[in-house]
Amino acid sequence: MAGTAAVVRLEDVHKTYRTGEVDVHAVRGVSLEIARGEFVAFMGSSGSGKSTLMNLLGCLDRPTRGRYLLDGFDVSGLHRDQLADIRNRKLGFVFQSFNLLPRTSALENVELPLLYGEHRLTNAELGEKARKVLATVGLSGREDHYPSQLSGGQQQRVAIARALINDPEVVLADEPTGNLDSRTSLEIMEIFQQLNDRGITIVMVTHEPDIAAFAKRNIVMRDGTVQSDQQVARPLIAEKETKNLETKR
Amino acid sequence: MKVESTFKIAFRALRRNKLRSVLTALGIIIGVGAVIAMVSIGNGAKAQVEQQIASLGENVILIFSGSVTSSGIRTGWGSAGTLKIEDAEAIRREVSGVIAVSEEVISTRQVSAGNQNWFTRVYGESPEYFDIRQWPLSNGASFTGQDVRSSNKVCVIGRTTASQVFGSEDPIGQVLRIQGVPFLVTGVLTPKGLSPQGTDQDDIVIMPYTSAMKRVIGGSTLRGINIQVASPNHLAPAQQQITELLRQRHNIRAGRDDDFTVRNQQEIAETATATSRIMALLLGAIASVSLIVGGIGIMNIMLVSVTERTREIGVRLAVGAHGRDILTQFLIEAVTLSAIGGAIGILLGLGASRMLSVFAHWPTLISIPSIIAAFFVSAAVGIFFGFYPAREAARLDPIEALRYE
Repeated sequence: MAGTAAVVRLEDVHKTYRTGEVDVHAVRGVSLEIARGEFVAFMGSSGSGKSTLMNLLGCLDRPTRGRYLLDGFDVSGLHRDQLADIRNRKLGFVFQSFNLLPRTSALENVELPLLYGEHRLTNAELGEKARKVLATVGLSGREDHYPSQLSGGQQQRVAIARALINDPEVVLADEPTGNLDSRTSLEIMEIFQQLNDRGITIVMVTHEPDIAAFAKRNIVMRDGTVQSDQQVARPLIAEKETKNLETKR
Repeated sequence: MKVESTFKIAFRALRRNKLRSVLTALGIIIGVGAVIAMVSIGNGAKAQVEQQIASLGENVILIFSGSVTSSGIRTGWGSAGTLKIEDAEAIRREVSGVIAVSEEVISTRQVSAGNQNWFTRVYGESPEYFDIRQWPLSNGASFTGQDVRSSNKVCVIGRTTASQVFGSEDPIGQVLRIQGVPFLVTGVLTPKGLSPQGTDQDDIVIMPYTSAMKRVIGGSTLRGINIQVASPNHLAPAQQQITELLRQRHNIRAGRDDDFTVRNQQEIAETATATSRIMALLLGAIASVSLIVGGIGIMNIMLVSVTERTREIGVRLAVGAHGRDILTQFLIEAVTLSAIGGAIGILLGLGASRMLSVFAHWPTLISIPSIIAAFFVSAAVGIFFGFYPAREAARLDPIEALRYE
């Protein structure tokens, strides 16, 4: 099983939904590998199957056919609760609409995955871990702020901290800049690039080519299959783009 | 394995929405409070009636003289003199199990001492009356069998009569005039309070029945006879024997009605407590309805909360919560609300029943079992009404839940 460097390996994965009478064949035979340390952007129009593929990669759903090896282990046949444990240990999620718990401090939002983890931690240990991760996304001093007291970019950074708290194999980001203005989007991309530089694998779904340009590899989906899959020759550097934005003003 | 964490999660969720938590708990607070207060009122009333019944004495049989029809007008129990002194003596002599008998005549009279006067009830009894009614004297002495035989002008008086006629003076050894006849007061009775019918039992003058018949009331027949038997087992057979004996003595042919009535204390107690028992049940039932309404309130809020927090549940599932974790979290939330509500409700109920007895002078009786029961019922209400919403939450699909708007 091990021996391969791929942290994600899909082998002829299919996903069919049954909506009423009609079978929707959302993913039709996708095979691909994502190596450790990659920064991949999935693109495609709506209905291309990229969201379904993302749910499969995120172990929120099981493929109808084919195999999914995550970190060398076949997770395609696992149970609901086993998948939950995999998500807790190996995956981090970043959503378009942040999905932070309302009226809950940034710190407690970041602690959330730890509460469902296998290790029992004291309140102090929880707080210490969450504080550290919040610092890596530049939110030291905002630990006690509620989501409503934070800007969109800050909220998304809290969400990124929550995704990182369990040292995941892969961070999955579903349209992470969809609700943010271009300046804040750059901020988030900068964080993703920093994380990626530290060796964290990032898989992102976006429909904006501008955003995909920050990833090292772009995969375009169409009608449930991979239409193109190419390395980005020279990914944009978010830090530089931010400076460009400033000089333009 | 993650029970502690689940508790932490549930408490955080409750704290996050304090107003809703308080409002939800309010239903249970009021429900439990109402149950505690109502049950304490019901129990208090029952206890009071039981105490009043007990004040009649133990193993007591009462015989009332019968009604007679005179010129077509029926006069009611106790009005006609169908009971004679000889009847009482026959009962003393012939009925087994009888340990005390008191012949009774009753009237109301104006009494006076010095420049004070008072309208009160005058009872003629035998000295055994005080044993039958378990009514000891607080000071002084009772009249004696000798006083009865000689129709002596002596009496004992109740606390109310004593204070009305003699004020703060010691009545013992003083003279009480009844219809101009001077009676020597030999004793004062201990206060007995209100009767089940609500009359002041301490507003009374008790004298030998012979004295009452000869010197105050007149007549040669008794209004009633009070009898005490040795044990509860003797009540029914004694009642039977008395009826037979009196029918025989009064020459009542078979098929004709008795010209007297025999009642035992148990019968009186049963009718009196039946009412208060029904009242206690009714109060408890009404209060329970409010507890159930409180429970439905919890279910309602929890269901709304599951819908409202669908995304939250989605996030929890996405970051690794099992269905069971979600179920437990929502159950803990419901039970915490109802248990805290129950605890506050108990305090509220205790306070309310205390207020009722202090300010409204209602008798209340708080029973520890009812408090414990109320607490566990409220926790059970939380589990029962919280389970359905919790299960709904646990069954959510993470993808659907995350997409929920």
